[in-house]
Amino acid sequence: MTTATTAPLDAPPTLKQGDADDRIGLRAHVRHTGALIRRNLLWIRNNPESMFDALLMPVVFTLLFVYVFGGSIGQALGGGQDAYVQYVIPGMLAMMSMTIAQAVGTGFNEDFQKGIMDRFRSLPIGRASVLIAKISVEILRMLIATTVLMVVAVLVGFEVTSWSGLFAAVGLSALFGFGVMWIFLTLGVVMKSAQSVQAMGFLVMMPLQFGSSIFAPTASMPGWLEAFTQYNPMSGLADAARGLMVGGPIAHGLWVTLAWSIGLTVVMAPIAIRKFTNKA
Amino acid sequence: MTRSDKNPSNGGHAVKVRGLVKHYGGPQGTRALDGVDLDVREGTVLGVLGPNGAGKTTLVRCLSTLITPDSGSAVVAGYDVLRQPRQLRRKIGLTGQYASVDEKLSGFENLYMIGRLLDLSRADAKRRATELLERFSLTEAAKRPAATYSGGMRRRLDLAASMIGQPAVLYLDEPTTGLDPRTRNEVWDEVKRMVGEGVTVLLTTQYMEEAEQLASELTVIDRGKIIAGGGIAELKAKIGGRTLRVRPADPAELRAMAADLDASGLTGLATATVDAENGTVLVPVQSDEQLTAIVAALASRGYALADIATELPSLDEVFLSLTGHKSSAPQDAAPTREEVAA
Repeated sequence: MTTATTAPLDAPPTLKQGDADDRIGLRAHVRHTGALIRRNLLWIRNNPESMFDALLMPVVFTLLFVYVFGGSIGQALGGGQDAYVQYVIPGMLAMMSMTIAQAVGTGFNEDFQKGIMDRFRSLPIGRASVLIAKISVEILRMLIATTVLMVVAVLVGFEVTSWSGLFAAVGLSALFGFGVMWIFLTLGVVMKSAQSVQAMGFLVMMPLQFGSSIFAPTASMPGWLEAFTQYNPMSGLADAARGLMVGGPIAHGLWVTLAWSIGLTVVMAPIAIRKFTNKA
Repeated sequence: MTRSDKNPSNGGHAVKVRGLVKHYGGPQGTRALDGVDLDVREGTVLGVLGPNGAGKTTLVRCLSTLITPDSGSAVVAGYDVLRQPRQLRRKIGLTGQYASVDEKLSGFENLYMIGRLLDLSRADAKRRATELLERFSLTEAAKRPAATYSGGMRRRLDLAASMIGQPAVLYLDEPTTGLDPRTRNEVWDEVKRMVGEGVTVLLTTQYMEEAEQLASELTVIDRGKIIAGGGIAELKAKIGGRTLRVRPADPAELRAMAADLDASGLTGLATATVDAENGTVLVPVQSDEQLTAIVAALASRGYALADIATELPSLDEVFLSLTGHKSSAPQDAAPTREEVAA
């Protein structure tokens, strides 16, 4: 005889078993990230003007700085405009990495405003895929900007003394850009609009870029500012890039840049991912 | 579509929600959901009717794993919303209040991308995207960016995007809010087709008419609480059903017509009222039979009719009859100044 047991009305329904641990495999992660990278690339194809910053900024800034300040700062460097070209181009590389990294925040913020992020978050994909795809495309944009920069640099008379050094410098600036992106991804998630992300980015970037050795040597700055520039990652990256591309001291700048890149990633990546995952 | 998900111990319910609570802004903050219970039987449409701010969207966001409820439980398509979110995401489709497609991509690219994110092979993703574009009459616009689509096309693309994974449960969060009547009908037709294919739908809406068109059962929600629920017919009886509006060709006949109807006994417990301003007679009707009988009676008495229409009660009227107060939250249709001032 079997005894019929009556389940209480409010008993939780039996859940499905078997595939209780439906983890997303590595290949699926790669596929999802690929599909999302493709999406971001299609954006660029459909809206070529979104590449203006990466394509035009290196040109405009290089020409401005070389021809406006090049003569006078070059003199202080003990040369002329040619000496300034050698000085400022590695600095431009550092500036590019931060400026492009900033764009990741506004694009990300738009996704949240438009509701497409809800769609992604309701799909069975790793939430990190959305972040990784965005970062990959921004790094690609950064490399394109760097290429444009180098072409302009050669046209205004820049001479690379070490090609391997050039590639190392580009790699270092991409690494730093990667670290910075986590800040702007976080801002992109928490701020209310793309405009405020941009305004915030501007506020952070200006002092870091100008209070550094990017555009001019720091020796003539007041003591407190010079001290600031010593540990400003923008100086570190500019100095290291300078050392690698045209010769000079590398170690201090390299360590400052590495410390900042790794530090930013270790601290900001978990925050960005948590904010992203919890966004209601 | 496989219906092998049927889980007898789940009582044939595709959605089962018990005591769902969600606060915003800490325990002292707003209770967006205040202990919601609801069931949706497999293959049916449950309408969740309520004003703005009643908690409809919060409910959908909880059930689609976008936000975590503070307490309570929910099982959808056999998976626990809290403990098995990843498995659940394979079983649900979501169409939000605002079309959640990528405006910068074409219709095809949107659907292809979602197919890839749902682990379809390249060929399958392509096939499925083409198939759904065809089905939702978007083939001609397939290559254009979604930003150039009309409101109705965008909503259809959104529906197509929700259908790529062949979901067992589909959430439609105010699918026709902001659409013109013709486009609304188009969206309704699509939803009806999907239901015909066996999808279970949880529909939130502000319109009684939409609920009546699509849902077999209705739940009315206000300030995060369920205040009424049941079959559409049952609920309609409770809230007074439709109103028949008859316009005699000769306005002089208004009073005679109303008196005749009252005398005929066809109006039940209600009475016919004269709306002299609009030149119509209003009669509350509970059933199609009653409606037919009234129209037949008018015809047999020789009245020449210029117009006949039935009206569903508005959301406000539904709330008034269910709760005795007007819906508490501001309405889409501009809140009246008196209410704001009060």
